[in-house]
Amino acid sequence: MPASFTAHTLRRLAASASFVLLALPFAATTAHATDLVVSAAASLTNAFKDLGAAFEQQNPGVKVINNFGASDILMQQIVRGAPADVFASADQTAMDKAVAEKAVQASTRKNFAANQIVLIVPSDSTLPLATLKDLTLPAVKKVALGNPASVPFGRYTKTALENAGLWDAVLAKGVMAQNVRQSLDYVARGEVEAGFVFATDAAVMPAKVKVAIRIPSDAPATYPIAITANTAQAELAAKYLAYVQSAAGQAVLARYGFLKP
Amino acid sequence: MGAVWTPLLLSLKVAGWATVLNLFFGVAAAYGLSRWRSPLRDLIDSILTLPLVLPPTVLGYYLLVLLGKRGTFGAWLSGMGIELVFTWQGAVIASTIVAFPLVLKSARAAFENVDKQLENAARALGVSEAGVFFRVSLPLAARGIAAGVLLAFARALGEFGATLMIAGNLPGRTQTLSVAIYEAVQAGDDSTATLLVVITSVTCVAVLLIAGRLMPGHTRRADLS
Repeated sequence: MPASFTAHTLRRLAASASFVLLALPFAATTAHATDLVVSAAASLTNAFKDLGAAFEQQNPGVKVINNFGASDILMQQIVRGAPADVFASADQTAMDKAVAEKAVQASTRKNFAANQIVLIVPSDSTLPLATLKDLTLPAVKKVALGNPASVPFGRYTKTALENAGLWDAVLAKGVMAQNVRQSLDYVARGEVEAGFVFATDAAVMPAKVKVAIRIPSDAPATYPIAITANTAQAELAAKYLAYVQSAAGQAVLARYGFLKP
Repeated sequence: MGAVWTPLLLSLKVAGWATVLNLFFGVAAAYGLSRWRSPLRDLIDSILTLPLVLPPTVLGYYLLVLLGKRGTFGAWLSGMGIELVFTWQGAVIASTIVAFPLVLKSARAAFENVDKQLENAARALGVSEAGVFFRVSLPLAARGIAAGVLLAFARALGEFGATLMIAGNLPGRTQTLSVAIYEAVQAGDDSTATLLVVITSVTCVAVLLIAGRLMPGHTRRADLS
């Protein structure tokens, strides 16, 4: 029986393992003095990639490292001590929690952009959706919306639907997305008849989705930004915040459909 | 091409380290459990198998709470200058824990299948306990262990949920292949997503092919004589 070759197998495995060990040292990668980690809401993905690149150009040697995700997850990470320097949230609730946990410097908090919730449909859709009430039509089987418990666009959507008295009816058809880009993706792939996203997200895929309804909102969707409490880059972070609010930074945001706060 | 190679190399690095760690801890825990006679054994086994059944995001949340700078354990680590959140080492820990039960289960079954008479014969011949382990039990269980380790590598390569929670999505630092694909889809960048998906698939097939060659009974028949 193969005692010799199983031993051989083990030796080979051990050899491969040590190769991995040698090739990939487990050294702690110390952050460069000029790295700026920006945790930003998923809906900011395209705009903040551009903003980061422009900021790097203006500040040679600086590297902006974007961490995109759902605002509430980013907030959790920062509250638990993740080494982010800047937090840009898609709504006030996530930022409020971060402030309450003393995870960000409240004095640096500023609204830097605004957005609007829209109802989108696949670009080849022929559904006659003119008002939110049309979502109750039998032809609309599934509607993508954000989970109000965990994502800002879900909270905005819930408020709008509650004001229209339609929340329960739409929720029954609801497909919960964990972030706004997931909702956009479901609509773009035609997996749902309609979905709620930010106006800026709809603009990312103009060939695949079209806006059916713009939701008039009493409380505009404003985006706050702040420097984290345990940043080691307070000065650079402040510079970045100033850049985001500068004319140049606002122009980049406007290019992606964001409104002034 | 950096957009493709950086996450690929990072994924291999993270999965490689997770596999090496599991080779140690998984095999040690499996050997311990297979030899330990205690009513607590099944309870411990179940607890150690939890990562296989818990949703990875739940696991990631636990890790974030535990290892974050404001967590009990994380505060202690931080005091020693070790930070795990938003680092690739954090991703290694997530992948290691998620893949651990695969090694544990395979290795425990393999150790339990080893003929006790062979071990006892070695003891009767005066071989030490360590000698019994390294020269009898381990070689006889190698096949099962190898299978578990390879599964663990594959699982670690695809890890997403727990990794995203604790390591975040930092390009060039913690953005593994799975996370990069997720972000490309989010950004509406289907061409990058497709490219990354193809690369992942090719890598996984290559790993499986190499794994097949490492497995006993494939190419080493000549050695048997």
